[in-house]
Amino acid sequence: MQSSLSISVSPHTSLTVQRSNRNALEPLAFAPPSKPLNLRFCGLTREALGLSSLRRNSDSFRFRLSSSARVRRADKFFVSASLSDNGSPPKTFDYDLLIVGAGVGGHGAALHAVEKGLKTAIIEGDVVGGTCVNRGCVPSKALLAVSGRMRELQNDHHLKALGLQVSAAGYDRQGVADHANNLASKIRNNLTNSMKALGVDILTGFGTILGPQKVKVGSDKVVTAKDIIIATGSIPFVPKGIEVDGKTVITSDHALKLESVPDWIAIVGSGYIGLEFSDVYTALGSEVTFIEALDQLMPGFDPEIGKLAQRVLINPRKIDYHTGVFATKITPAKDGKPVTIELIDAKTKEPKDTLEVDAALIATGRAPFTHGLGLENINVATQRGFVPVDERMRVIDSNGNLVPHLYCIGDANGKMMLAHAASAQGISVVEQVTGRDHVLNHLSIPAACFTHPEISMVGLTEPQAREKAEKEGFEISIAKTSFKANTKALAENEGEGLAKLIYRPDNGEILGVHIFGLHAADLIHEASNAIALGTRIQDIKLAVHAHPTLSEVLDELFKSAKVKAHVSAPVSEPIAV
Amino acid sequence: MAHLLNTSFIPSSSTLRRASPSLQVRGHQRSRVPARIDAKIREIFMPALSSTMTEGKIVSWVRSEGDKLSKGESVVVVESDKADMDVETFYDGYLAAIMVEEGGVAPVGSAIALLAESEAEIAEAKSKAASNSSSSSSSSSSAATAVAEPEKVVDNLVPTAAVKVAPVVSMPVASMHPASEGGKRIVASPYAKKLAKELKVELGRVVGSGPMGRIVAKDVEAAAATADVATVGPVSAEVGKSAAAAIDLGSVVPFTTMQAAVSRNMVESLSVPTFRVGYTITTDALDSLYKKIKSKGVTMTALLAKATALALVKHPVVNSSCRDGKSFTYNSSINIAVAVAIDGGLITPVLPDADKVDIYSLSRKWKELVDKARAKQLQPHEYNSGTFTLSNLGMFGVDRFDAILPPGTGAIMAVGASQPTVVASKDRRIGMKNQMQVNVTADHRVIYGADLASFLQTLAKIIEDPKDLTF
Repeated sequence: MQSSLSISVSPHTSLTVQRSNRNALEPLAFAPPSKPLNLRFCGLTREALGLSSLRRNSDSFRFRLSSSARVRRADKFFVSASLSDNGSPPKTFDYDLLIVGAGVGGHGAALHAVEKGLKTAIIEGDVVGGTCVNRGCVPSKALLAVSGRMRELQNDHHLKALGLQVSAAGYDRQGVADHANNLASKIRNNLTNSMKALGVDILTGFGTILGPQKVKVGSDKVVTAKDIIIATGSIPFVPKGIEVDGKTVITSDHALKLESVPDWIAIVGSGYIGLEFSDVYTALGSEVTFIEALDQLMPGFDPEIGKLAQRVLINPRKIDYHTGVFATKITPAKDGKPVTIELIDAKTKEPKDTLEVDAALIATGRAPFTHGLGLENINVATQRGFVPVDERMRVIDSNGNLVPHLYCIGDANGKMMLAHAASAQGISVVEQVTGRDHVLNHLSIPAACFTHPEISMVGLTEPQAREKAEKEGFEISIAKTSFKANTKALAENEGEGLAKLIYRPDNGEILGVHIFGLHAADLIHEASNAIALGTRIQDIKLAVHAHPTLSEVLDELFKSAKVKAHVSAPVSEPIAV
Repeated sequence: MAHLLNTSFIPSSSTLRRASPSLQVRGHQRSRVPARIDAKIREIFMPALSSTMTEGKIVSWVRSEGDKLSKGESVVVVESDKADMDVETFYDGYLAAIMVEEGGVAPVGSAIALLAESEAEIAEAKSKAASNSSSSSSSSSSAATAVAEPEKVVDNLVPTAAVKVAPVVSMPVASMHPASEGGKRIVASPYAKKLAKELKVELGRVVGSGPMGRIVAKDVEAAAATADVATVGPVSAEVGKSAAAAIDLGSVVPFTTMQAAVSRNMVESLSVPTFRVGYTITTDALDSLYKKIKSKGVTMTALLAKATALALVKHPVVNSSCRDGKSFTYNSSINIAVAVAIDGGLITPVLPDADKVDIYSLSRKWKELVDKARAKQLQPHEYNSGTFTLSNLGMFGVDRFDAILPPGTGAIMAVGASQPTVVASKDRRIGMKNQMQVNVTADHRVIYGADLASFLQTLAKIIEDPKDLTF
C-alpha cells in the first residue's frame, strides 16, 4: 500500500475546508476536481485505507474525493509553510508525520496518526518505550506489585482478621528484579510490535533537527516530514553536588533494577517517585529516610490527602524524614565509608546535619532530555531545558513566534510530566495536523501514585481551587467520603481511605477529585472523564454503580455534594427493556 | 452552631463552616453532646462524627499539653466508625490536660481533655483531670481504666514480678559511629529511632551494632529488654536498691496499686511449700533446629514452650494444681504461660494447648500475644489461664536462677542461658557442647521430687532430640 497515487486536486477549493470541520473525510463539502495536480500520496496503511474504504468501497468517486480532501488541506499547510520558512523546505516529504522519541507519548501519537491515515515514522535513539516502559511506570509497577503482596503477607494482624494463616513471608531479590525486567521487555515488545503491525517506520538512531521539516537520524540519514513531533522525554534530575555512582547513590533508573536492597536508604524528594520507592523498599525490609526541601512531605498532593497519606504511608512504617532541608552534597560509599549526605536548611542555607546511610535514591524530579536535539537550527531556545510550546503543543521560537510544523509533547515540554499526558498531547497534535482543532484540557488528566494504598487525583487541589475561586469570584464546596463506609473496602479489610471532591455548588462543575485508598488509581477515571466531558455533578450523581464495589466511594461522593443547579439535561429517552 | 451546642469542639472540616452539608458530620447529632462548661476550664468532649457513632478512638493528639490553642486550630484526630477526622477547638485557650491518651477510646460526649482559658489555670485543670480519672466515673475515661488494669494483670503474675522503676542512671554510651563526632551525634536508623521513642529508650545510652556502629532496631530492643530486666529482678528487694539511686533517699513511698498487688502475691506464695529441682540440658540439636526454622518465624520461646508441653503430656501431675490444700486438679489442657517483661511490669501471656498446636502456629500466636501485651490489650483469659509457667532469663545471659511459684499453678520452670560448655564425656573425652540449666519450682503438696526428675529427664530427651517439635 506504500504506493504513489496520482490524484486530481484543485488547490483553491481547499480553502473551503474548515479546519475545525468535525469530519475531514466528509465528501459532500467539495466540488469535483477541476485542475489536475500531481501529489505524492503515500503512507496510507492498510488499516487507514480499510477504515475509510470500508463504508465507501461501493462508491469509488466518494472515496477518491475523501482522500483528496485531506491531501488538499495538507497542501494548504504546505503552501503557507513555504512562505514563512526562511530555509528551503523540501518540496516532497518522506513522511507525513515524524516523531522524535518512541516513548509512550510518541507511541500514542504514532498510533493515532496511523488511524488518521498519516504515513508515520518514529525515531528512537535508545530503546522503544522510553522512560515509562523501561525505567519508569512499568517496572516500578512490577516492584510495587511485589511490595503490595509482601505487605499483605507480613501484616499478621490483617491476615488474622481475615482468618488467614501464613508463615513468615520472604522474597528473592533477583526474582523480584527479574519480574520487573521481564515486564518491561514484554511491554516494550508489545509497543514495538503494535507500531510495526500498523506500518509505522521505526528509525533507529539519535534524531537531530536540521531545519524546518528536516531531521537527521543517526550520523548521516536525513528524513523529511510534513509535521514533526518532538517527544524526547526526560531523564532523572540530579541536583548539583550529588555524585551518582549507580550503586550506592542512585536514581530511579538504577533503583528499578533492584540490584540491592540496602538496610537504610535515604530518598531525596518525597514526590510520587520517592513515595513509591519508599513503599517498595520498606516492604522489602529497608528503612527509609526522606529528605524534602519543602516544609512538608508530599508537597504535590492536596494537603488533606497528604496528611492522611502521611499517617498511613509514613508514620507507621520504618521511615523518618527531614523536611525543609536541601541535600547539598551526597558522596557515594567507598573505601568502607558509608554514603554521606550533607543537609542545609532550605531557608537559612546553614548546614544542618550530616547523614550516613547505606544508599541514597535521588528522586528530585526529572529534567527534559532535549540537549543535542538541534533546536538551535530552528531558532528555538529551551527554558531550563524544556521546549516552549503553546496550548496546542506548537513549538515557540526565541522570538515568540510559532515554528510551523513543529510540535513538542510530553516531558520535553514540561506541561505535565506524565506518560499518559504525553500520549494525550500527541493525540491532540495528530488531531490538529489532520484538520481538527483540539486543545487538551490538562485539568482532566488524572495522576496516580501507586503506594499501598494508592493515591490518585485529577484537577485542582483545594488550595488551588480556593485561589481560583477567589480570583474569579465563585464559591467552592468540598465533599468527602471515607472508605470506612464502603462495603467492598471493609470486606477487603482495607477501610483506610478518603475521597474528596472540590466543586462549584452553583453549577455543579467538578474542580478536582482526590482519592487515597484501596485501588484509588483505578477509581479516579470516573471523575477525570466527567471533567473531560464537562459532566456536572447533578447529572453524574444519577448514574448507577454496581453494589458492592469500591466505585461506590465515588458514587457516595457525588451524591453527598450539594449543588444548587438542577439536572442539566434529562436522561436521554428512556429505553424500555 | 457549636456555640449553640455549648461544645468547645467541632469537627474541623472546612466545609462545615461553609455550611456545606456534604460531610458525614451532621450538626444535629452533636446535640447529644452534653453541655458541661466549668467556669473557665472547659471540658473537651468526644464529638459525634456520624449518626451511628457511639464512641471514638483518639488517633493522635495534634497538640500537646500546655500548648496554646487558638480558635479553629485542630487539636486532636478522632477515628469514628466511619472516618478519621480532625477536631478543632472553638475557643482560645491552653490545652491543660489530656484525659484520653492516643489510642484510647471514649464514648461520645465524654470529656477527653481540658481546656484552660489562661496559663494560670492549667494546674487547676490538671488536678481536676486527675480527680476525674481516679474517680473512675461512668464517663470511663481511659485514665481510669488504665489504673485498674495493671492490678488485674499483677494478680496473675509470676511472683518474680516486680515493678518497673526509673531507668538506672548510667553514663551515656557514645555510639561508636565514626560520624558521631565523639558521641555528640547519635546515628540511628529510622526504625531504631521510632522504637526508641516507643519503648522510651534513650538513644545516647545505646551501643550501636549496625554498619559503622549505627544503632539499629535490635540494639534498641535489647536496650529496652535489659532495662526491664534490670528493673524486674527476681527478688524485689534488689530492685528496691537499684531504684534507690534515682529516688529521693530517705523518703517513704506508698505502694502503687501494682506494687501492692505484687506484694500480695509474694506473701501468698509463702503458704505453698515449694521445692526446686535443677537439670542441665544439652541444646546443640535444638540450636541447629532453631537456626533452620528461624526464617519461618519460629522463636526460641515457642520451641521451649512446645518442648515443655510435650514433656508435660507424659507427666500430667506436673501440670496439675492444688488450690484448696485438700485436693488437686489434673488440668485438662496444657497451657504454657511465659513471663514477659513489658514496659511497666511483667505479664504472663498464655500459649493454650501448646502440646497440640504446631510450632509455626505457636510462634505466630506468641508474636500476637507479645504485640498485644506491649499494647496492653491482653484479655484476662490470655494471661491467667496458664497451667505451667516458663520464665526465661537466659536470653539476657543469666545462666541460672530460680522462680517463685505463681499461686494457683503446680510448677514454674526457670530457663537459663544456653552456653558453650566444656564437657567430659563417658568415653573419657573432652568436648564442647551448648548447655543450659533449667530449674523447676513446684508445689510439693502434689508434685514430688521423682515427678520432677522424670519430667526433666523427658524434657531433656525432647530437647536433645528435637525432631518431635516440628512434627
